[in-house]
Amino acid sequence: TTRGTQTDADGNFKIAAPSSATLVFSFVGMTSQEVAINNRTQLSVTLQNDNKQLAEVVVIGYGTQRKKDLTGSIASITTADFNKGNIATPDQLVAGKVAGVQITPNGGAPGAGSTIRIRGGASLNASNDPLIVIDGVPLDNTTINGAANPLSLINPNDIESFNILKDASATAIYGSRASNGVIMITTKKGKKGDVMRVNLSTQASVGLKTGLVDVLSGDDFRALVNKYGTATQKTLLGKTNTDWQNEVYRAAVSTDNNLSITGAFKNTPYRVSVGYTNQNGILKTSNMGRTSASVGLTPMLLDNHLKIDINVKAASIKNKFANQGAIGAAASFDPTQPVYSGTEAYGGYYEWVNADGKPNTIATRNPLGLLNLTDDRATVNRSIGNAQFDYKFHFLPELHANLNVGYDVSRSDGKKVIPALAASNFSNGGEKTVYTQDRTNKLLDFYLNYVKDLTKDTRLDLMAGYSYQDFMNSTTTITKDEAETKTLNDSPYKTQNTLVSFFGRANLNVQDRYLLTLTLRRDGSSRFAKENRWGTFPSAAFAWKISEMDFLKSSSVISDLKLRVGYGVTGQQDVGQNFAYLARYTPSTATAQQLLGTTYYNTLRAEGYNANIKWEQTVTQNVGLDFAFKKARLSGSIDYYMKNTSDLLNVVPVAAGTNLTNEILSNVGSIENKGLELLLNHNTISREDFTLDLGFNATYNENKITKLTSANDPNYKGVLVGGISGGVGSTIQIHSVGYPASSFFVAQQVYDASGKPVEGVYVDKNGDGKITVDDYYHYKSPAPRVFIGFNAQATYKKLSAGFVLRGNFGNYVYNNILSTNGVLQAFQGANNSLGNVVPNVLTTLFATPQYFSDYYMQNGSFLRMDNAFAGYDLGKIFGGKSTARLSATVQNVFVITKYTGLNPEVSGGIDNNIYPIPRTFTLGLNIGF
Amino acid sequence: CIKDLDRKPFNEVTSATVYNDPAAYKQVAAKLYAGMMLTGQQGPAGDDRTKDIKGMDEGFSSYLRNYWYLQVLPTDEAVIAWSDAGLPEINYMKWSSNNAFIRGFYNRVFYQIASCNEFIRETSDAKLNERGVSGTILTETKALRAEARFLRALSYWHALDLFGGNVPFVTENDAVGSAPPKQTNAKSLFEYIESELKAIDGELVDARKNEYARADKAAAWMLLAKLYLNAEAQGQGNRYADAATYAKKVIDAGYSLQTKYEDLFKADNNTSTEVIWALAADGTRSQTWGGMTFLCHAPVGGSMPASAYGIDGGWGGVRVTPSFVKLFADPTGKTDKRAMFYTDGQKLEINELSTFTDGYAMPKFKNVTSAGKVGSNLTHPDTDFPMFRLADAYLIYAEAASRGAGDKTLALDYVNKIRARAYGSAAGNITSSELTPDFVLAERARELSWEGSRRTDLIRYGKFTGASYLWAWKGGVKDGAGVQDYLKIFPLPSTDLTANPNLVQNTGY
Repeated sequence: TTRGTQTDADGNFKIAAPSSATLVFSFVGMTSQEVAINNRTQLSVTLQNDNKQLAEVVVIGYGTQRKKDLTGSIASITTADFNKGNIATPDQLVAGKVAGVQITPNGGAPGAGSTIRIRGGASLNASNDPLIVIDGVPLDNTTINGAANPLSLINPNDIESFNILKDASATAIYGSRASNGVIMITTKKGKKGDVMRVNLSTQASVGLKTGLVDVLSGDDFRALVNKYGTATQKTLLGKTNTDWQNEVYRAAVSTDNNLSITGAFKNTPYRVSVGYTNQNGILKTSNMGRTSASVGLTPMLLDNHLKIDINVKAASIKNKFANQGAIGAAASFDPTQPVYSGTEAYGGYYEWVNADGKPNTIATRNPLGLLNLTDDRATVNRSIGNAQFDYKFHFLPELHANLNVGYDVSRSDGKKVIPALAASNFSNGGEKTVYTQDRTNKLLDFYLNYVKDLTKDTRLDLMAGYSYQDFMNSTTTITKDEAETKTLNDSPYKTQNTLVSFFGRANLNVQDRYLLTLTLRRDGSSRFAKENRWGTFPSAAFAWKISEMDFLKSSSVISDLKLRVGYGVTGQQDVGQNFAYLARYTPSTATAQQLLGTTYYNTLRAEGYNANIKWEQTVTQNVGLDFAFKKARLSGSIDYYMKNTSDLLNVVPVAAGTNLTNEILSNVGSIENKGLELLLNHNTISREDFTLDLGFNATYNENKITKLTSANDPNYKGVLVGGISGGVGSTIQIHSVGYPASSFFVAQQVYDASGKPVEGVYVDKNGDGKITVDDYYHYKSPAPRVFIGFNAQATYKKLSAGFVLRGNFGNYVYNNILSTNGVLQAFQGANNSLGNVVPNVLTTLFATPQYFSDYYMQNGSFLRMDNAFAGYDLGKIFGGKSTARLSATVQNVFVITKYTGLNPEVSGGIDNNIYPIPRTFTLGLNIGF
Repeated sequence: CIKDLDRKPFNEVTSATVYNDPAAYKQVAAKLYAGMMLTGQQGPAGDDRTKDIKGMDEGFSSYLRNYWYLQVLPTDEAVIAWSDAGLPEINYMKWSSNNAFIRGFYNRVFYQIASCNEFIRETSDAKLNERGVSGTILTETKALRAEARFLRALSYWHALDLFGGNVPFVTENDAVGSAPPKQTNAKSLFEYIESELKAIDGELVDARKNEYARADKAAAWMLLAKLYLNAEAQGQGNRYADAATYAKKVIDAGYSLQTKYEDLFKADNNTSTEVIWALAADGTRSQTWGGMTFLCHAPVGGSMPASAYGIDGGWGGVRVTPSFVKLFADPTGKTDKRAMFYTDGQKLEINELSTFTDGYAMPKFKNVTSAGKVGSNLTHPDTDFPMFRLADAYLIYAEAASRGAGDKTLALDYVNKIRARAYGSAAGNITSSELTPDFVLAERARELSWEGSRRTDLIRYGKFTGASYLWAWKGGVKDGAGVQDYLKIFPLPSTDLTANPNLVQNTGY
């Protein structure tokens, strides 16, 4: 029989036990220790800290696995390693921490998310986002209307661990959704035998802008216009000096408070938490308020044969979106004009007007007018929950049955109002847009798991299951003028898709030395026609724990050495459309009607379709070595991978006349990603009152398109992508065979003897005497060749401190702000108005925009200190009843780069008035009792 | 639960069920008309799901706007200030097979053809019979089917005129998603268009008897007249007599000239007695950034008072070249009212394409009614685009006559009707000896400026390419330079050469 007790606050305990028994001592965060009583009546035990304990068991798809038994490439990050500071969305917890995983913030707006890429992108047109699974519920990670980012509805404080599945042998169990990796998120839970603990954390931060786009001051601008402008333009100049960028930004104060209660009630460990976050953005008027709550119950019933895991997470976000058009407007609004006009027109804001006093519709709008006369709010409620029942059969304890039912539901209500008096929507009489979104996703998984020691040395773990997931999404958008007299747009939309899967896995462990994993998944997706509906995704992986071999077992140097080899096929079914295969007709909205006679008809459009559309398929090969050295205190891993995606979905031109569209999504291309990942952890100092741990990771990734069209025509240049500002429909990037995806596609600038770019003169690559798109060439890519993360954590007595550095190398950025605002034409704003320019114009003296010049390409390599923190353990307070910890964090500490714009880290590589990322200072207090 | 994989769309209807509702026939046909100007299923612009032409800015993808770009910008009629990639090349006549606007127009033409094919396929006698369509719906659907054949013939005529007829050829007999089609040629395409237009003559509604904005017999005659007028230039032999015959059929159908020339281009031009077939715009119900929104906004800039044209502001884009201004003996508009130039703050000479004030402006299309009332929306005009109108039929007849096919006296009468309207008196009338082919060319420019026929007209007279006639920025040079003859037809877009291995590029490209 088993019996137990708990120690008092000082660690003393009593227990009645047979003299031959063995006692097991355990405590959260410590290594459990077994001590045989051996007839003693008193014994004292010191438990060792174990930071890795939580990582010992790794969550994989449909089950868990001991970390040392893994055969795939899986990175595991837990709370202790999370980034600190004012973090509003979960993705930011692990930025810079994992080799092969690139997390690029999408700007500094409250709740803005990140672009997550695991080992490069495997797709061009389909989604490149990894699958995110939270407590066993695969999320629909598409946009939630009214939320800056779907992950912003998950409170990072509730998260216990991230397990990132990178290679196909790990991800293939998720089959058709796994091509871009899988992120398994597990939330915090109570544990068996826990006493009730309450944790209260509170933090306050202030975010400050790190810089401004370099533009001319009012005086410099007057000088420029007086030198280069026409007489009319000179008369347009104002008399003031307004720094528009200073006007639109502010110091942004944010707070974050969380309360959690963890414990166990009899057989039911629990955790309950509530949180409230209020984030202000540095762009005036932007704000996010999030209230979140979570409940986790993990009861053990039926004599521990039935393990239940219930998770319910709910969040309600109130967003106020700033009109981000103000960012670009602030950089280009005439700095000689005042903020306010002194009249009541247009809300009192100075605006460019026509001779008749009406707003000049194509001039830049007053940035503050854009901000203050836009009221754009949304409330989004989202809940994710599941109940997982794991039943160990009484008559056959090797067999488990596992049932998981889950949901992910969100409701959005948004309203955007621009008053009729605002210059921006003056001719429409303002705008009132009301929108809603309902998303209901349902999940049911069932699997059987059989674990059996076949012999003393051979252990078999078999799993087979079924999964059903359904995604329903409906939206409404009604746009009217402010007075609601006319409907400008009314477009309801509803769509659904469903996935049905069968899957299985076999793990074989021989002598704890040889590990074999085989998985197989068969997926059916409603997104494809019957003939292509089903796909099969197998994988195999083998690991050899060399350190368990006799010749190394007693080594004093090496403590762990494991070789992993894996192969697998995964797919991508998120093709962006749910009915791309089906012949269908779409009705037009009220604003796209056709008059015939005296009646306006809502037209019916026959849609183009591709009956043959099917999955993308990615074959991944991975070779990895895990190692740990005893004396050197060094551990880590190195992985080489190769990912080949075939049947790549690409939007290709259809032979004209053969379909009801000019371009269609087809499975025609191939893309290849290969790379090397290195992870090193060094336990540099490990004394009782002084520790220092260093972590380093580096990733080299090479991305290359190997095929794009079914015909593979050598004359086919590729698909133009990467829309820029300046010229409607202009693009700066191209997907071409033989080059990385989204390579820049530019004209080669010619320079004069003094090194000044000559306006409009480019290298005539094909020598035909004219400069056309045929002379453009492929120039670098926005994806870094190498990216690294480096982090250090030290503790000295009650003090702890650390930092995270992150760097990208070989990524290029197109400076779209320079190319649009760095020309003389830019100051002669549209239609008798003026617009500010960047000082670069004084170098180039370009008269007209040279959008496609490689002059505007810049190396975006950088090294950024993402995060620096210090903490102080106040120890026991309130008479020993509680513990407390103080912390201070700075985020976005510094960036070292040659890039001349505001921020070299631009997802997609086109820098164009992105919401700037602030530097944030945070103070936090954590109390436990 | 595997059955759940058979999901069906909610908003869209599947092709299998759409015609269960007979009202669908007219809605699908309405899309064929909308396809001439609107750009997608959500106005004025939506997203990738709702727009018709993918891979292109939606506002740029309008049939009318692209047609206008290719027919007007490479001529003396206009320059445009914007530097959108590929756009200056249209002005300079330095386009290549990668040009976005050429691709855009080509894609529009074949989108329209494919859409017409789909409708014609779905309205075959067999299918209508199978679905039990009868009575007035059957009659109307058959008329709509003939109109779809007219619209398809029109697009094929554009393919003949702009791409030399060396284009893929598909009809209702080619199913959606079929193999890449074969390339046709000018001769076959000419014969096909001619036979189609003649074949539908019996099925189309009589001239002036159809609903507004729908094509009738006269629209088909107009297209035949244009086909024949340009036959010789397109290597299909002298067919001026046929051009005269069909122009005369239109003229005799009972249309009459609009009293005031400028009213033809105003927000209530849907009431005009002169217009044979128009593309209907509406400020609230038919919105696009292409079409008339472009034609009303782009020519306004500089010191021009936007509100006078019924719009919320100009886009500072299009002006005319000095050569075009010189076609008018008196550019003030005081004598010939078709000289609708705005000169205040505008220079005649064009030193820079990108400077709006270089070149006279021409606010021809206005969102204001003949009574001076502003249209229903300041951004999107109510003004319709007159595709075919009586004055064009007069001039086709006059040109044919001046080339020796037709009654010259009658022709002179027609021309002077137009001149008398322009001058408000007989002061501008010409004599029989003045009625030469070259006079008609100049008169067409004055009368039909910016209505999309200038490129075709200049080619017919051998003045589009070569150096016999130069205008500002022809060939990319300020004073104009000669260009090679291969530019008479546009290249097939490189995208289609890749997609369709049956195609051979036009000579010179």
